[in-house]
Amino acid sequence: MAHPSLRRGYEGVAVAVPVTVPYRRYATEGAHWFLGQAVKALVESSGIDKADIDGLAVSSFSLVPDTAVGVTQHLGLSPRWLDHLPTGGASGVMALRRAARAVQAGDANVVACVAADTNHVDSFRQTLGGFSQFARDATYPYGSGGPNSVFAMISAHYMRTFGAKREDFGRIAVSQRANALMNPNALFKKPLTLDEYMAAKAISEPLHLFDCVMPCAGADAFLVMSEARARDLGLPYAQVRGAIERHNAYADDPIMVRGGWRMDREDLYAMAGVRPDAIDFIQTYDDYPVVVMMHFEDLGFCDKGEGPAFVREKRLTWDGDFPNNTSGGQLSVGQAGAAGGFLGMVEALRQLTGAAGERSVPNAATGLVCGFGMVTYDRCLCTGAVILGAPT
Amino acid sequence: MTMPLMRPKRKNPVLRTPQINLPPGSRGRVALGLTAAAAQGRFALQTCEDCGAVQYPPREACHRCLSPRLRWREQSGAGRLLATTTLHHSNDLYFRERLPWRLGMVQLDAGPSVMAHLHGAVGDDAQRVRLGARLDRAGQAVLIAFPIEDEAHMADDPMLREMTSDPKFRKVLVTDGKTAVGQALVKALVKAGADIVWTGHAEPWKKLPGMDELARLPQVSLVPLDVTNGRSVTELAGEIGGKVDIVINNAEVHRGFGIAARRGTDVARAEMDVNYLGLLRLAQEFGPPLKGRAADGVTHASAWVNLLSIYALSNFPPHGTFSASKAAAYSLAQCLRAEMRPAGIRVINVFPGPIDEEWNQQLPPPKLAPAALANAVVKALRDGVEDVYPGDVAQEWLERWRDDPKVLERELALNGG
Repeated sequence: MAHPSLRRGYEGVAVAVPVTVPYRRYATEGAHWFLGQAVKALVESSGIDKADIDGLAVSSFSLVPDTAVGVTQHLGLSPRWLDHLPTGGASGVMALRRAARAVQAGDANVVACVAADTNHVDSFRQTLGGFSQFARDATYPYGSGGPNSVFAMISAHYMRTFGAKREDFGRIAVSQRANALMNPNALFKKPLTLDEYMAAKAISEPLHLFDCVMPCAGADAFLVMSEARARDLGLPYAQVRGAIERHNAYADDPIMVRGGWRMDREDLYAMAGVRPDAIDFIQTYDDYPVVVMMHFEDLGFCDKGEGPAFVREKRLTWDGDFPNNTSGGQLSVGQAGAAGGFLGMVEALRQLTGAAGERSVPNAATGLVCGFGMVTYDRCLCTGAVILGAPT
Repeated sequence: MTMPLMRPKRKNPVLRTPQINLPPGSRGRVALGLTAAAAQGRFALQTCEDCGAVQYPPREACHRCLSPRLRWREQSGAGRLLATTTLHHSNDLYFRERLPWRLGMVQLDAGPSVMAHLHGAVGDDAQRVRLGARLDRAGQAVLIAFPIEDEAHMADDPMLREMTSDPKFRKVLVTDGKTAVGQALVKALVKAGADIVWTGHAEPWKKLPGMDELARLPQVSLVPLDVTNGRSVTELAGEIGGKVDIVINNAEVHRGFGIAARRGTDVARAEMDVNYLGLLRLAQEFGPPLKGRAADGVTHASAWVNLLSIYALSNFPPHGTFSASKAAAYSLAQCLRAEMRPAGIRVINVFPGPIDEEWNQQLPPPKLAPAALANAVVKALRDGVEDVYPGDVAQEWLERWRDDPKVLERELALNGG
């Protein structure tokens, strides 16, 4: 494990201009349409000329056969710094880390980080079988449930090992729905009660309908630049206090019980100079409620196995004592493919820049955004986390 | 505990016969190692020749020491069930039509964790299990977790029956009932619970030994079938083709000698006419109706069995023209397998060594008893394998052929085996 002192901080970097291309259940447009509208929104919201965007990080599944470089020609951009992040749920944290270093090093002045995916009526099914070599060879031929079946077994194992109940997972889903009702971009508009959660149809036991995200189309994006530049432009922004990522952690665990955050969390908090109790809100990667619980444990808010008790004690809504996924999260906003990995980032930026409207966490100054992505076989491989703070 | 399969009701002829959907059959080249072993009834995993690590899913380098020297080695399959799920939703038509479907995550004692289908006798509690590889309806290997101890009626598990070709309650055509092998096959199939065994009889006017005994079995129905006569094949297919679930083509002509000991091509032509063209005629007539009934209930059409010979792999000069006809039949059987796989019909090739019957009179033992061959065919149907090498001679030749086909060829040329 790297020693905290060996990591350079992210001083001088500003993260700004969270934008969202409204989510839709299905779209006939392609990924490039959503990417284009996201970059357009960045330009219009920031007042920065399109030609001044000299860095581009792209995350998208439905972009194929293109990669980020194809996007430059498609959208008429000519960046001097380019990154393609095919890492889904971890791509927001990863894009931010890379873009921040590029800005610090002077390789780019303004980096647009964009995640977008379209969702045609049959595209989710088509993505699953070819998601990875291991998925093609060793999971998709087994019931073709996609990540549902993998996380069903991880959830079942977690429930048996640590005594979690479906009701505990339900508290997470129900709280997020309450948050989503304050978010005009959320696709789910109706309140959800714990009884409705419990009575939902089984998808892949023990997972039921409200444990699973709904695939949709949409885009999220933000800009990374120097604090000086952000101040010049008069853009509200957040600072990067610390950031970590880890891939294929704990590969010898026979089934996933912990995420890679655990390996690097001391670095994260040391860089930020805070402890978990200083975090005002958390944006977890909620592909399944059990994963949210693992975030709480592995990022040090409670010990391993205490996740169920933790969610019973805490109020997880935007106005609660432990606000989690204040946008509603993917469970209630929808999962726009790779944009799911940006959802927590743009929400955290809105919370820290006073743009979260009526779901604003009171006096929010420090937020934790997490990434988790890529079920290539039996678990998610990528984890990442970043602590963002209001400028000091 | 597995519920025994009950005799299905007679099919309602008014209802539409469902069409087959296959489970996802795409695999990378490396992953086909699992399929190649499963096709021969073995569960093998990639093992590193340098550090000994056993790994899954298949890779192109050892995940521990990065060695490229990876070899498929047979596994005991012993492991621990970590967790299960029951799918009520699937993105694939095949599974959607068969929900609910159970899966488990198993940690093998050898190291890796694997996702596997669950035999119905394996519950949801943490427990020891035995992992095996089977070919699914797409003809690709999948892993299945079985209970540690065998129990009654295990083959009747709906998931397993879906992947195999158990003769129980199925209707079978054996193309030649006059030979010792044919009669042993018919008896073994009856014993295995076959519903009907249509037994081919090329020259019904001839009184041949054993045929009366067969005809007395209530499940057996003698039918006229001459595989050298296209019209005979067509007529029988018109009569029973839409009802046959398993075709077993055992019709063969077997004479001794190679090239120089005989004049002319009459015998070789007769061997080709039955052993090669006979298969072609049968496949053209019985193949399409078999494919059309691949999803027709619990006794759906499921398999085609070819009686080949270990001589199909490498010519046995003392039976040189026979070997050539079997090599031709083997090649055609591979074509048939490729054409039947999209319909979910398994083609099973059987490669016996010398069978203990009249045309091998001069060969020394060991020779394969017809009853042993018949049992091997029934076992292959039950296990759902593709290639069978029954008996000691076939096993030994196979080993030598795998080791070095050129060395085997030279050995066969020098001393006749």
